[in-house]
Amino acid sequence: MNHWLLYLIAFLIFPGFLFTGTFGLLVTWVDRKVTALVQYRVGPPLRQPFYDLFKLWHKELILPRTARKTGFLLAPFLGLAATTLLATMLGIFNLNPEIRFVGDTIVILYLMLLPPLSIVWGGFASGNPISALGASRELKLMIGYELPFVIAVATVLFKVGSFSLGEIIKYQQVHGVLLNHPSMWIAFLVSLICLQAKLAQVPFDISEAECELMEGPFLEYSGPALGIFKLTQAMQYVVVPWFLISLFWGGTVLQGWSILWSLLKYLAIIVVVVLVKNTNPRVRIDQAVNFFWGWVTLLAAVGMVLMLSGY
Amino acid sequence: MANLSTRWLKKSPWVYHVGTGGCNNCDIEILDCLTPRFDVERFGIKLVVSPRHADVLLVSGPVTYHIKPRLQEVYKQVPKPCVVACIGACACSMGIFKDSYSVAGPVDRVIREIDPNAIFVYVPGCPPKPETMIMALVKALQKI
Repeated sequence: MNHWLLYLIAFLIFPGFLFTGTFGLLVTWVDRKVTALVQYRVGPPLRQPFYDLFKLWHKELILPRTARKTGFLLAPFLGLAATTLLATMLGIFNLNPEIRFVGDTIVILYLMLLPPLSIVWGGFASGNPISALGASRELKLMIGYELPFVIAVATVLFKVGSFSLGEIIKYQQVHGVLLNHPSMWIAFLVSLICLQAKLAQVPFDISEAECELMEGPFLEYSGPALGIFKLTQAMQYVVVPWFLISLFWGGTVLQGWSILWSLLKYLAIIVVVVLVKNTNPRVRIDQAVNFFWGWVTLLAAVGMVLMLSGY
Repeated sequence: MANLSTRWLKKSPWVYHVGTGGCNNCDIEILDCLTPRFDVERFGIKLVVSPRHADVLLVSGPVTYHIKPRLQEVYKQVPKPCVVACIGACACSMGIFKDSYSVAGPVDRVIREIDPNAIFVYVPGCPPKPETMIMALVKALQKI
Protein backbone atom coordinates (compact mmCIF):
# COMPACT_ATOMS: atom_id res chain seq x y z
CA MET A 1 0.00 0.00 0.00
CA ASN A 2 2.74 2.39 1.05
CA HIS A 3 4.63 1.43 -2.06
CA TRP A 4 1.78 2.49 -4.31
CA LEU A 5 1.44 5.81 -2.54
CA LEU A 6 5.13 6.49 -3.17
CA TYR A 7 4.74 5.71 -6.86
CA LEU A 8 1.68 7.97 -7.00
CA ILE A 9 3.67 10.82 -5.45
CA ALA A 10 6.49 10.11 -7.90
CA PHE A 11 4.01 10.31 -10.79
CA LEU A 12 2.21 13.45 -9.70
CA ILE A 13 4.83 15.52 -7.89
CA PHE A 14 8.48 14.49 -8.10
CA PRO A 15 9.92 13.59 -10.60
CA GLY A 16 6.64 13.36 -12.48
CA PHE A 17 4.08 15.93 -13.49
CA LEU A 18 4.66 18.91 -11.19
CA PHE A 19 8.46 18.91 -11.19
CA THR A 20 8.93 18.17 -14.88
CA GLY A 21 6.21 20.61 -15.88
CA THR A 22 7.66 23.47 -13.86
CA PHE A 23 11.21 22.71 -14.88
CA GLY A 24 10.20 22.30 -18.51
CA LEU A 25 8.47 25.67 -18.56
CA LEU A 26 11.59 27.27 -17.08
CA VAL A 27 13.63 25.61 -19.82
CA THR A 28 11.34 27.01 -22.52
CA TRP A 29 12.16 30.38 -21.00
CA VAL A 30 15.88 29.58 -21.41
CA ASP A 31 15.11 28.68 -25.02
CA ARG A 32 13.29 31.95 -25.68
CA LYS A 33 15.85 34.03 -23.82
CA VAL A 34 18.84 32.52 -25.67
CA THR A 35 16.98 32.96 -28.95
CA ALA A 36 16.37 36.62 -28.07
CA LEU A 37 20.03 37.12 -27.15
CA VAL A 38 21.13 35.59 -30.45
CA GLN A 39 18.89 38.11 -32.22
CA TYR A 40 20.12 41.05 -30.08
CA ARG A 41 16.79 41.33 -28.27
CA VAL A 42 15.99 41.42 -24.57
CA GLY A 43 13.52 38.56 -24.51
CA PRO A 44 10.61 37.63 -22.27
CA PRO A 45 10.64 37.71 -18.45
CA LEU A 46 11.24 34.54 -16.46
CA ARG A 47 7.57 33.91 -15.70
CA GLN A 48 6.43 34.33 -19.30
CA PRO A 49 5.86 30.59 -20.05
CA PHE A 50 3.66 30.35 -16.93
CA TYR A 51 1.66 33.41 -17.96
CA ASP A 52 1.15 31.88 -21.40
CA LEU A 53 -0.04 28.60 -19.92
CA PHE A 54 -2.43 30.19 -17.39
CA LYS A 55 -3.83 32.45 -20.07
CA LEU A 56 -4.47 29.53 -22.40
CA TRP A 57 -6.16 27.72 -19.52
CA HIS A 58 -8.68 30.57 -19.16
CA LYS A 59 -9.42 30.97 -22.86
CA GLU A 60 -12.34 29.50 -24.73
CA LEU A 61 -11.96 25.97 -26.14
CA ILE A 62 -13.41 25.85 -29.64
CA LEU A 63 -14.43 22.52 -31.13
CA PRO A 64 -14.30 22.81 -34.94
CA ARG A 65 -17.41 21.51 -36.68
CA THR A 66 -15.34 19.18 -38.87
CA ALA A 67 -13.36 17.68 -35.99
CA ARG A 68 -13.70 14.18 -34.51
CA LYS A 69 -14.52 15.37 -31.00
CA THR A 70 -13.19 12.39 -29.00
CA GLY A 71 -9.84 12.19 -30.74
CA PHE A 72 -9.46 15.95 -30.82
CA LEU A 73 -9.88 16.22 -27.04
CA LEU A 74 -8.13 13.01 -26.00
CA ALA A 75 -4.96 13.46 -28.07
CA PRO A 76 -3.34 16.17 -25.88
CA PHE A 77 -3.93 14.10 -22.75
CA LEU A 78 -2.33 11.02 -24.31
CA GLY A 79 0.87 12.97 -24.98
CA LEU A 80 0.85 14.52 -21.51
CA ALA A 81 0.29 11.18 -19.78
CA ALA A 82 3.04 9.47 -21.76
CA THR A 83 5.54 12.25 -21.06
CA THR A 84 4.68 12.28 -17.36
CA LEU A 85 5.13 8.51 -17.11
CA LEU A 86 8.43 8.83 -18.96
CA ALA A 87 9.64 11.52 -16.56
CA THR A 88 8.60 9.39 -13.58
CA MET A 89 10.45 6.33 -14.88
CA LEU A 90 13.63 8.27 -15.70
CA GLY A 91 13.57 9.98 -12.31
CA ILE A 92 13.11 6.73 -10.40
CA PHE A 93 15.87 4.95 -12.32
CA ASN A 94 18.23 7.86 -11.78
CA LEU A 95 17.47 8.17 -8.07
CA ASN A 96 17.73 4.47 -7.41
CA PRO A 97 19.37 2.36 -10.16
CA GLU A 98 18.43 -0.80 -8.22
CA ILE A 99 14.80 -0.49 -9.28
CA ARG A 100 14.25 -2.14 -12.64
CA PHE A 101 12.01 -4.37 -14.67
CA VAL A 102 12.71 -6.45 -17.75
CA GLY A 103 13.44 -4.29 -20.79
CA ASP A 104 12.64 -0.90 -19.25
CA THR A 105 14.76 0.93 -21.86
CA ILE A 106 12.54 -0.56 -24.56
CA VAL A 107 9.47 0.72 -22.70
CA ILE A 108 11.08 4.17 -22.51
CA LEU A 109 11.75 4.10 -26.27
CA TYR A 110 8.10 3.27 -26.91
CA LEU A 111 6.85 5.93 -24.49
CA MET A 112 8.96 8.50 -26.35
CA LEU A 113 7.00 7.66 -29.49
CA LEU A 114 3.65 8.48 -27.90
CA PRO A 115 3.84 12.32 -27.76
CA PRO A 116 4.55 12.66 -31.51
CA LEU A 117 1.83 10.08 -32.17
CA SER A 118 -0.60 12.10 -30.06
CA ILE A 119 0.24 15.16 -32.17
CA VAL A 120 -0.45 13.11 -35.29
CA TRP A 121 -3.75 11.90 -33.82
CA GLY A 122 -4.81 15.41 -32.85
CA GLY A 123 -3.80 16.77 -36.24
CA PHE A 124 -5.82 14.21 -38.17
CA ALA A 125 -8.78 14.49 -35.77
CA SER A 126 -9.06 18.27 -36.12
CA GLY A 127 -10.52 17.87 -39.59
CA ASN A 128 -8.45 20.60 -41.21
CA PRO A 129 -6.55 19.71 -44.39
CA ILE A 130 -3.53 21.75 -43.32
CA SER A 131 -3.44 20.03 -39.93
CA ALA A 132 -3.67 16.66 -41.68
CA LEU A 133 -0.75 17.66 -43.89
CA GLY A 134 1.28 18.62 -40.82
CA ALA A 135 0.34 15.36 -39.12
CA SER A 136 1.46 13.30 -42.11
CA ARG A 137 4.77 15.18 -42.14
CA GLU A 138 5.21 14.48 -38.45
CA LEU A 139 4.63 10.79 -39.14
CA LYS A 140 7.21 10.75 -41.96
CA LEU A 141 9.76 12.57 -39.81
CA MET A 142 9.15 10.05 -37.01
CA ILE A 143 9.83 7.16 -39.38
CA GLY A 144 12.99 9.01 -40.40
CA TYR A 145 14.60 9.67 -37.03
CA GLU A 146 13.55 6.52 -35.18
CA LEU A 147 15.90 4.22 -37.11
CA PRO A 148 19.21 6.00 -36.30
CA PHE A 149 18.01 6.76 -32.76
CA VAL A 150 17.25 3.11 -32.02
CA ILE A 151 20.64 2.08 -33.48
CA ALA A 152 22.39 4.65 -31.25
CA VAL A 153 20.54 3.40 -28.18
CA ALA A 154 21.25 -0.20 -29.15
CA THR A 155 24.97 0.64 -29.28
CA VAL A 156 24.79 1.52 -25.59
CA LEU A 157 22.67 -1.50 -24.75
CA PHE A 158 25.14 -3.89 -26.41
CA LYS A 159 28.11 -2.16 -24.83
CA VAL A 160 26.70 -2.57 -21.35
CA GLY A 161 25.06 -5.89 -22.14
CA SER A 162 21.80 -5.07 -20.43
CA PHE A 163 18.36 -3.78 -21.37
CA SER A 164 17.87 -2.00 -18.07
CA LEU A 165 18.50 1.72 -17.67
CA GLY A 166 19.44 1.27 -14.00
CA GLU A 167 22.10 -1.24 -15.06
CA ILE A 168 23.49 1.25 -17.60
CA ILE A 169 23.71 4.00 -14.96
CA LYS A 170 25.41 1.64 -12.49
CA TYR A 171 27.87 0.49 -15.19
CA GLN A 172 28.86 4.12 -15.73
CA GLN A 173 29.28 4.68 -12.00
CA VAL A 174 31.76 1.77 -11.89
CA HIS A 175 33.57 2.10 -15.26
CA GLY A 176 33.34 5.85 -15.86
CA VAL A 177 30.92 7.54 -18.25
CA LEU A 178 30.30 5.93 -21.63
CA LEU A 179 31.34 9.14 -23.38
CA ASN A 180 34.96 8.11 -22.71
CA HIS A 181 34.73 5.75 -25.68
CA PRO A 182 35.08 7.07 -29.28
CA SER A 183 32.23 4.85 -30.49
CA MET A 184 29.96 6.47 -27.92
CA TRP A 185 30.85 9.97 -29.19
CA ILE A 186 29.39 8.95 -32.53
CA ALA A 187 26.28 7.42 -30.96
CA PHE A 188 25.85 10.54 -28.81
CA LEU A 189 26.18 12.81 -31.84
CA VAL A 190 23.57 10.74 -33.68
CA SER A 191 21.17 10.94 -30.78
CA LEU A 192 21.73 14.71 -30.47
CA ILE A 193 20.66 15.10 -34.10
CA CYS A 194 17.62 12.92 -33.40
CA LEU A 195 16.94 14.99 -30.26
CA GLN A 196 16.59 18.07 -32.44
CA ALA A 197 13.93 16.27 -34.47
CA LYS A 198 12.22 14.78 -31.42
CA LEU A 199 11.86 18.23 -29.89
CA ALA A 200 10.61 19.52 -33.28
CA GLN A 201 13.19 22.29 -33.35
CA VAL A 202 14.07 24.32 -36.34
CA PRO A 203 15.94 22.33 -38.91
CA PHE A 204 13.31 19.63 -38.37
CA ASP A 205 10.18 21.54 -37.35
CA ILE A 206 8.72 20.55 -40.68
CA SER A 207 5.40 19.40 -39.24
CA GLU A 208 4.53 22.70 -37.58
CA ALA A 209 6.26 25.08 -39.98
CA GLU A 210 4.76 28.46 -39.07
CA CYS A 211 5.07 30.16 -42.43
CA GLU A 212 3.74 27.37 -44.62
CA LEU A 213 1.52 25.16 -42.45
CA MET A 214 0.47 27.60 -39.69
CA GLU A 215 1.64 25.35 -36.82
CA GLY A 216 0.33 22.27 -38.65
CA PRO A 217 -1.36 19.85 -36.22
CA PHE A 218 -1.91 22.61 -33.61
CA LEU A 219 -3.72 24.85 -36.09
CA GLU A 220 -7.25 24.11 -34.82
CA TYR A 221 -6.36 23.82 -31.14
CA SER A 222 -7.28 26.68 -28.85
CA GLY A 223 -7.38 27.41 -25.14
CA PRO A 224 -6.71 24.60 -22.65
CA ALA A 225 -6.09 21.89 -25.27
CA LEU A 226 -3.38 24.00 -26.88
CA GLY A 227 -1.99 24.69 -23.40
CA ILE A 228 -1.68 20.97 -22.73
CA PHE A 229 0.22 20.51 -25.98
CA LYS A 230 2.54 23.38 -25.03
CA LEU A 231 3.07 21.84 -21.59
CA THR A 232 3.84 18.47 -23.16
CA GLN A 233 6.39 20.09 -25.45
CA ALA A 234 7.97 21.82 -22.46
CA MET A 235 8.18 18.51 -20.62
CA GLN A 236 9.75 16.87 -23.67
CA TYR A 237 12.50 19.46 -23.33
CA VAL A 238 13.32 17.91 -19.96
CA VAL A 239 12.68 14.28 -20.62
CA VAL A 240 14.51 13.52 -23.86
CA PRO A 241 17.84 15.20 -22.89
CA TRP A 242 17.55 13.52 -19.49
CA PHE A 243 17.31 10.13 -21.19
CA LEU A 244 20.42 10.91 -23.25
CA ILE A 245 22.31 11.98 -20.11
CA SER A 246 21.31 8.74 -18.40
CA LEU A 247 22.46 6.71 -21.40
CA PHE A 248 25.76 8.37 -22.25
CA TRP A 249 26.78 10.84 -19.59
CA GLY A 250 26.51 9.00 -16.28
CA GLY A 251 22.96 9.97 -15.37
CA THR A 252 21.99 12.58 -12.81
CA VAL A 253 22.93 12.31 -9.16
CA LEU A 254 20.81 14.42 -6.83
CA GLN A 255 23.25 14.75 -3.92
CA GLY A 256 25.36 17.74 -2.89
CA TRP A 257 27.44 19.33 -5.64
CA SER A 258 26.45 16.64 -8.11
CA ILE A 259 23.12 18.46 -8.53
CA LEU A 260 24.98 21.40 -10.05
CA TRP A 261 27.01 19.14 -12.33
CA SER A 262 23.86 17.32 -13.47
CA LEU A 263 22.19 20.64 -14.19
CA LEU A 264 25.23 21.86 -16.16
CA LYS A 265 25.26 18.72 -18.31
CA TYR A 266 21.59 19.22 -19.02
CA LEU A 267 21.92 22.94 -19.80
CA ALA A 268 24.84 22.25 -22.14
CA ILE A 269 22.64 19.95 -24.24
CA ILE A 270 19.77 22.48 -24.22
CA VAL A 271 22.00 25.37 -25.30
CA VAL A 272 23.39 23.29 -28.17
CA VAL A 273 19.82 22.54 -29.27
CA VAL A 274 18.84 26.22 -29.10
CA LEU A 275 21.93 27.41 -30.95
CA VAL A 276 21.43 24.86 -33.73
CA LYS A 277 17.81 25.98 -33.90
CA ASN A 278 18.81 29.63 -34.31
CA THR A 279 21.48 29.15 -36.94
CA ASN A 280 19.77 26.80 -39.36
CA PRO A 281 16.99 27.08 -41.92
CA ARG A 282 14.16 24.59 -42.09
CA VAL A 283 14.69 21.60 -44.38
CA ARG A 284 12.08 19.97 -46.58
CA ILE A 285 10.52 16.68 -45.50
CA ASP A 286 12.25 14.67 -48.26
CA GLN A 287 15.60 16.24 -47.35
CA ALA A 288 15.02 15.36 -43.70
CA VAL A 289 14.12 11.72 -44.37
CA ASN A 290 17.05 11.38 -46.81
CA PHE A 291 19.36 12.91 -44.20
CA PHE A 292 18.20 10.60 -41.41
CA TRP A 293 18.11 7.41 -43.45
CA GLY A 294 21.33 8.26 -45.27
CA TRP A 295 24.10 10.01 -43.37
CA VAL A 296 22.77 9.71 -39.84
CA THR A 297 21.98 6.01 -40.10
CA LEU A 298 25.38 5.46 -41.69
CA LEU A 299 27.00 7.34 -38.81
CA ALA A 300 25.05 5.27 -36.29
CA ALA A 301 26.13 2.07 -38.05
CA VAL A 302 29.78 3.21 -37.95
CA GLY A 303 29.38 3.82 -34.22
CA MET A 304 27.93 0.35 -33.78
CA VAL A 305 30.80 -1.28 -35.73
CA LEU A 306 33.40 0.70 -33.71
CA MET A 307 31.72 -0.42 -30.49
CA LEU A 308 31.67 -4.08 -31.60
CA SER A 309 35.38 -3.90 -32.44
CA GLY A 310 36.10 -2.69 -28.95
CA TYR A 311 36.58 1.10 -29.16
CA MET B 1 -13.02 34.11 -12.51
CA ALA B 2 -13.24 36.74 -15.21
CA ASN B 3 -10.78 38.83 -13.25
CA LEU B 4 -8.28 36.03 -13.16
CA SER B 5 -8.53 35.26 -16.86
CA THR B 6 -7.93 38.84 -17.95
CA ARG B 7 -5.05 39.09 -15.50
CA TRP B 8 -3.15 36.43 -17.40
CA LEU B 9 -4.35 37.81 -20.72
CA LYS B 10 -2.62 41.10 -19.95
CA LYS B 11 0.63 39.27 -19.42
CA SER B 12 0.66 37.32 -22.66
CA PRO B 13 -1.41 38.81 -25.48
CA TRP B 14 -0.85 36.74 -28.60
CA VAL B 15 -1.37 38.69 -31.74
CA TYR B 16 -2.81 37.61 -35.08
CA HIS B 17 -2.39 39.92 -38.03
CA VAL B 18 -5.21 40.35 -40.56
CA GLY B 19 -4.71 42.45 -43.68
CA THR B 20 -8.03 43.80 -44.98
CA GLY B 21 -6.98 45.71 -48.04
CA GLY B 22 -4.39 48.10 -46.60
CA CYS B 23 -1.45 49.49 -48.53
CA ASN B 24 1.08 47.33 -46.60
CA ASN B 25 2.51 50.34 -44.80
CA CYS B 26 0.89 49.54 -41.44
CA ASP B 27 1.84 45.88 -41.88
CA ILE B 28 5.49 46.84 -42.15
CA GLU B 29 5.19 48.96 -39.00
CA ILE B 30 3.60 45.99 -37.19
CA LEU B 31 6.59 43.86 -38.12
CA ASP B 32 8.84 46.63 -36.79
CA CYS B 33 7.48 45.89 -33.31
CA LEU B 34 9.16 42.48 -33.43
CA THR B 35 12.60 43.82 -34.31
CA PRO B 36 15.38 44.20 -31.69
CA ARG B 37 14.68 47.91 -31.37
CA PHE B 38 11.16 47.51 -29.96
CA ASP B 39 11.14 43.77 -29.06
CA VAL B 40 7.54 43.27 -27.94
CA GLU B 41 8.39 39.80 -26.65
CA ARG B 42 9.55 41.66 -23.51
CA PHE B 43 5.85 42.14 -22.71
CA GLY B 44 4.91 38.61 -23.75
CA ILE B 45 3.42 39.79 -27.03
CA LYS B 46 3.90 37.13 -29.66
CA LEU B 47 2.89 36.97 -33.32
CA VAL B 48 0.94 33.73 -33.85
CA VAL B 49 -0.02 32.19 -37.15
CA SER B 50 -3.46 30.78 -36.43
CA PRO B 51 -6.52 32.81 -35.34
CA ARG B 52 -7.33 29.96 -32.92
CA HIS B 53 -4.27 30.89 -30.84
CA ALA B 54 -4.88 34.64 -30.90
CA ASP B 55 -5.95 37.05 -28.16
CA VAL B 56 -5.64 40.22 -30.22
CA LEU B 57 -6.58 40.72 -33.86
CA LEU B 58 -4.46 43.38 -35.53
CA VAL B 59 -6.52 44.61 -38.47
CA SER B 60 -4.91 46.94 -41.00
CA GLY B 61 -6.65 48.54 -43.92
CA PRO B 62 -10.18 49.66 -44.84
CA VAL B 63 -12.42 46.62 -45.15
CA THR B 64 -13.12 45.94 -48.82
CA TYR B 65 -16.27 44.12 -49.93
CA HIS B 66 -14.13 41.14 -50.86
CA ILE B 67 -12.49 40.74 -47.48
CA LYS B 68 -15.56 41.55 -45.34
CA PRO B 69 -16.94 37.97 -44.96
CA ARG B 70 -13.37 36.70 -44.39
CA LEU B 71 -12.74 39.20 -41.62
CA GLN B 72 -16.03 38.23 -39.93
CA GLU B 73 -15.12 34.55 -40.28
CA VAL B 74 -11.67 35.13 -38.75
CA TYR B 75 -13.25 37.05 -35.87
CA LYS B 76 -15.61 34.13 -35.20
CA GLN B 77 -12.64 31.74 -35.14
CA VAL B 78 -10.81 33.61 -32.39
CA PRO B 79 -11.45 32.18 -28.90
CA LYS B 80 -12.97 34.80 -26.59
CA PRO B 81 -12.09 37.01 -24.73
CA CYS B 82 -10.30 38.86 -27.48
CA VAL B 83 -9.52 42.40 -28.55
CA VAL B 84 -9.65 43.87 -32.04
CA ALA B 85 -6.98 46.47 -32.71
CA CYS B 86 -7.64 48.75 -35.70
CA ILE B 87 -4.18 49.72 -36.92
CA GLY B 88 -3.92 52.88 -39.00
CA ALA B 89 -6.29 55.58 -40.19
CA CYS B 90 -7.91 53.30 -42.80
CA ALA B 91 -8.89 50.65 -40.29
CA CYS B 92 -10.18 53.24 -37.80
CA SER B 93 -12.26 55.36 -40.16
CA MET B 94 -11.59 54.25 -43.76
CA GLY B 95 -9.14 57.16 -44.12
CA ILE B 96 -8.69 58.39 -47.67
CA PHE B 97 -10.86 55.55 -48.94
CA LYS B 98 -14.04 57.00 -47.47
CA ASP B 99 -16.94 56.83 -49.97
CA SER B 100 -14.92 54.53 -52.20
CA TYR B 101 -16.99 52.12 -54.33
CA SER B 102 -15.10 49.06 -53.08
CA VAL B 103 -14.98 49.65 -49.33
CA ALA B 104 -17.56 48.07 -47.03
CA GLY B 105 -16.85 50.13 -43.93
CA PRO B 106 -14.40 50.61 -41.10
CA VAL B 107 -13.36 47.58 -39.08
CA ASP B 108 -15.55 48.29 -36.04
CA ARG B 109 -18.76 48.54 -38.07
CA VAL B 110 -18.02 45.30 -39.93
CA ILE B 111 -17.29 43.34 -36.77
CA ARG B 112 -20.17 44.86 -34.77
CA GLU B 113 -22.48 43.35 -37.39
CA ILE B 114 -21.73 39.92 -35.96
CA ASP B 115 -20.72 40.75 -32.38
CA PRO B 116 -22.10 44.00 -30.88
CA ASN B 117 -20.02 43.53 -27.71
CA ALA B 118 -16.62 43.30 -29.40
CA ILE B 119 -13.80 45.24 -27.76
CA PHE B 120 -11.94 47.68 -29.99
CA VAL B 121 -8.81 49.76 -29.74
CA TYR B 122 -8.10 52.43 -32.33
CA VAL B 123 -4.56 53.28 -33.37
CA PRO B 124 -4.75 56.16 -35.86
CA GLY B 125 -1.83 57.25 -37.94
CA CYS B 126 -0.62 56.70 -41.47
CA PRO B 127 1.17 54.55 -40.48
CA PRO B 128 1.12 54.56 -36.64
CA LYS B 129 4.48 54.32 -34.94
CA PRO B 130 5.43 51.04 -33.24
CA GLU B 131 5.48 52.86 -29.87
CA THR B 132 1.88 53.91 -30.46
CA MET B 133 0.83 50.34 -31.16
CA ILE B 134 2.51 49.02 -28.02
CA MET B 135 0.87 51.75 -25.95
CA ALA B 136 -2.51 51.05 -27.53
CA LEU B 137 -2.27 47.34 -26.68
CA VAL B 138 -1.31 48.12 -23.10
CA LYS B 139 -4.28 50.50 -22.74
CA ALA B 140 -6.68 48.06 -24.36
CA LEU B 141 -5.67 45.23 -22.07
CA GLN B 142 -6.17 47.44 -19.02
CA LYS B 143 -9.73 48.15 -20.18
CA ILE B 144 -10.92 44.54 -20.36
